[in-house]
Amino acid sequence: MILGKVIGTVWSTRKDENLVGAKFLIVRHLDLEYKPKEATVIAVDSVGAGVGEVVLVAQGSSARQTAFTKNKPIDAVIMAIVDKLDISVKEKNKEAVEV
Amino acid sequence: MYLGRVIGTIWATRKYETLAGYKMLFVQPINAEYKNLGGPIVALDTVGAGPGEIIFYVTASEAVIPLDVDMAPVDASIVGIVDSINVQSM
Repeated sequence: MILGKVIGTVWSTRKDENLVGAKFLIVRHLDLEYKPKEATVIAVDSVGAGVGEVVLVAQGSSARQTAFTKNKPIDAVIMAIVDKLDISVKEKNKEAVEV
Repeated sequence: MYLGRVIGTIWATRKYETLAGYKMLFVQPINAEYKNLGGPIVALDTVGAGPGEIIFYVTASEAVIPLDVDMAPVDASIVGIVDSINVQSM
């Protein structure tokens, strides 16, 4: 899963009929110090997340593993709202190769 | 599967109901020479891994298989703690 922050909402009336009723939130990726990165993703909410909340997003086919998103064309779902984050292993990362 | 190092923990009380009871850890993906590869991710812990430990994790919807629920929105689960890595050649 990726760490992110909900920064907004996407409204869409003309869309795949399977997506009727889905709430699309815009989530910006965060780094471990909660600093925003460039990337954003449109994710369907499954836990009642609101704008400004720090969340976790599951992506790919796993996003269809909820009651609402089952068999729908959805590849990102907000599945947790973060209370606390603890980074215990701090080390200057030895960047090997850019993936 | 991918190699990683556990670098931290996440607490999230409000989460998808079938995830109750599972710990979520921060994992820094590494290569076989223990070098960092890209940014950290969050993975569900199914083997009791702790901070600093070298682990391997499975991604995509296969990440749901280790859990004893039939549906869970999880795209990374730690499935093993590494004892040693032996690389013969480049």
